[in-house]
Amino acid sequence: MAPVTMLEGIRQAIFEEMDRDPAVVALGEDIGVYGGAFKVTEGLLAKFGPERVIDAPIAETAIVGAACGMSYLGLRPVVEMQFIDFIACCFNQVTNFVAKSHYRWGAPVPMVLRGPSGGGVHGGPFHSANPEMYFVHTPGLKVVYPSTAHDAKGLLKSAIRDNNPVLFFEHKFLYRRIKEELPEGEFTVPLGKAVVRREGRDLTIISYAAMMYPALEAAGELAKQGIEAEVVDLRTLLPLDRETIINSVKKTSKLLIVHEDTRTGGIAGEIAALVCEGAFEDLDGPIARVTALDTPTPYSPPLEEYFLPNASKIVAAARDLARY
Amino acid sequence: MNHPLKREQQLDLYYYMQLNRQLEDRMVRLFRQNKIVGGLYSSLGQEAISVGTAYALEKRDWLAPMIRNIGALLVKGFKPRDIFTQHMAKYTSPTLGKDGTSHFGDLKVRHTVSPISMLGDLIPVMTGVAMAGRYLGQKIVTLTWIGDGGSSTGAFHEGLIFAAQQRAALVLILENNQWAYSTPVSRQAPVKDLAERARGYGIQSRIVDGNDVLAVYDTTKGAVEEARAGRGPVLIEVKTMRMKGHAQHDPAEYVPKEMFEYWKARDPLTLYEKYLTENRIWDAKTKSEIDARIERELDLEQKFAEDSPLPPPELAAQGVYCEEGCHSITADWQRPTKELTPPHCSIEAAWKVEGYGDIDKAVGVAKPAGVSGTGGNGSKSSKPIVKPSVKVADKPALKAPASTEAEAPPVSRVPFGRGPKDKAFRRAAHDKSGRR
Repeated sequence: MAPVTMLEGIRQAIFEEMDRDPAVVALGEDIGVYGGAFKVTEGLLAKFGPERVIDAPIAETAIVGAACGMSYLGLRPVVEMQFIDFIACCFNQVTNFVAKSHYRWGAPVPMVLRGPSGGGVHGGPFHSANPEMYFVHTPGLKVVYPSTAHDAKGLLKSAIRDNNPVLFFEHKFLYRRIKEELPEGEFTVPLGKAVVRREGRDLTIISYAAMMYPALEAAGELAKQGIEAEVVDLRTLLPLDRETIINSVKKTSKLLIVHEDTRTGGIAGEIAALVCEGAFEDLDGPIARVTALDTPTPYSPPLEEYFLPNASKIVAAARDLARY
Repeated sequence: MNHPLKREQQLDLYYYMQLNRQLEDRMVRLFRQNKIVGGLYSSLGQEAISVGTAYALEKRDWLAPMIRNIGALLVKGFKPRDIFTQHMAKYTSPTLGKDGTSHFGDLKVRHTVSPISMLGDLIPVMTGVAMAGRYLGQKIVTLTWIGDGGSSTGAFHEGLIFAAQQRAALVLILENNQWAYSTPVSRQAPVKDLAERARGYGIQSRIVDGNDVLAVYDTTKGAVEEARAGRGPVLIEVKTMRMKGHAQHDPAEYVPKEMFEYWKARDPLTLYEKYLTENRIWDAKTKSEIDARIERELDLEQKFAEDSPLPPPELAAQGVYCEEGCHSITADWQRPTKELTPPHCSIEAAWKVEGYGDIDKAVGVAKPAGVSGTGGNGSKSSKPIVKPSVKVADKPALKAPASTEAEAPPVSRVPFGRGPKDKAFRRAAHDKSGRR
């Protein structure tokens, strides 16, 4: 099979799940006739018709609320946020209505809320967001942020089949920049499982989504300098795969966390606490992090480059850490 | 009445209204005894709305109550013990003590969605329930309530927009009890009737006296039929009065005394009792029988709640996720699934664009013929685009600027910046006046 992009992997997941289960429906702005702002849902309307592919008005609260209502009758809505930044418009529906539903009154909400996220494409302050931590901090949600076409497809299929509300972040920088061959036939990737992308013994680099690529590039560079870094891809941020994190830290005894999200309140802090709880005696150095700055995402290319982490920043931080 | 009720049904309405009132009366006493854990919100004077609207629904229909709709929950089949235990945070409550008040529901049997404290959010949710009901072929109607205060929220607006666009079978009861906490309607919106808003959404609306249970029932029944027939959502503004403060802690001193007195004389239960007596639907014996039945029932239900245990503390950690074996999620299909997708799908996947807007009408140009857009990838080709029949002569031709002025910017230009063009414009204007 020919290699496919991450966008195509996501598209395939939606098509296959809608084909498999008539309870799966799609809602969003411009997802039907237009095929979505990034064309993820191109062809969906023609194949599944307007009852299953619903072009909604620009009303994010209404879209998410309606999807929640649909899920109460046993449907499995897949909602597209045109850009994930706009999820702020329906924050209340997501965090208060949807997330608390099962805990409060035992009403499961099997819906997926997906959308293009992340920076590096000069989208500026309102089209580059990584708002995952608002939702990682919201009990009742699951948060997925894949880095490969394979994972995107497999995780989205799992998310659609999951009985809980899943926020599915699609890094738009990766949409068309990465390609890989996907296995033939049906496959899924389980939620809540991280994966070791590169084995190493000297230190662990934990990252996810688009930052996996500079992290792996940095690991390659570090290897040339005699530092063997193990690189872990979280894939799911909530629930976090504690076991894989702790096991890797126990093996390498040093930890560097890399995320594109801003620094304060990013997942690095949470992972650091988790490692202190579960592997403090195994640490040979301070837990380090490379993150975006604590600012909104700036628009102009040199500003955004300065704002974002990259391979050389990771190499520098890893070298500092390796000295311990 | 367009929808007459049998004697038993009319007595039913009384039973539920009185049950609602007596239940809340007991809860006030429990509150004063410190047996209610959180706040207590009264629906005194609004019972006819909860009962009359919910009574217009069929068993298969869905509702989602607001805080003052305890009567609707009773009509839908919940027991007084559910309300007592919820307020007392007991383990035997529908939410096992995880949430209070009317924040509970039942997806399977009573088709009731739990509200949240943020107002308006139920409107989109119940729109979605109606959409799913249609999708599954269930022919259901959904009903929810909103206050005059809640009708200011963005969720109200977005929800009605989506419901209208989808022609969802949603009946929205706008319960105008004149007060959003301490703020009167007149200070919320400069409209006489909040129902006027319906016109902006392109949906039907009604206004009804909320203290007349039969009128409330009759109006709602009509709206439910409209919605079920696929004629889209209906907004019903129900005029009433909140006879207590926002909650028990609030003495509502901001409400003029005369206002309370005016509405006290219009108490829905008193009015309805009078109606039942004057029309000889009941006699004193029937009334006392119903009242005694309510008393007995509430004694038992209250005792059950008071005797119930609080939840075990460790329960706090459970139930965040729907885990394996927790709930089976299935849809109740009442239509063949092959109808959903093309080529069997009944809905055309194409936009119908009628003209290009009404601006041409204003200048007397014939409205262009309807044009349909394409329905996404691979859909059948649509009609060729019809060019709008705009006569060029009808529009005043733009005159080219005279050659002598060609280099000067158009006179209508408004300079706002410091760029070279604006500088040139300012200089030109200055030179011109200088020449004069």
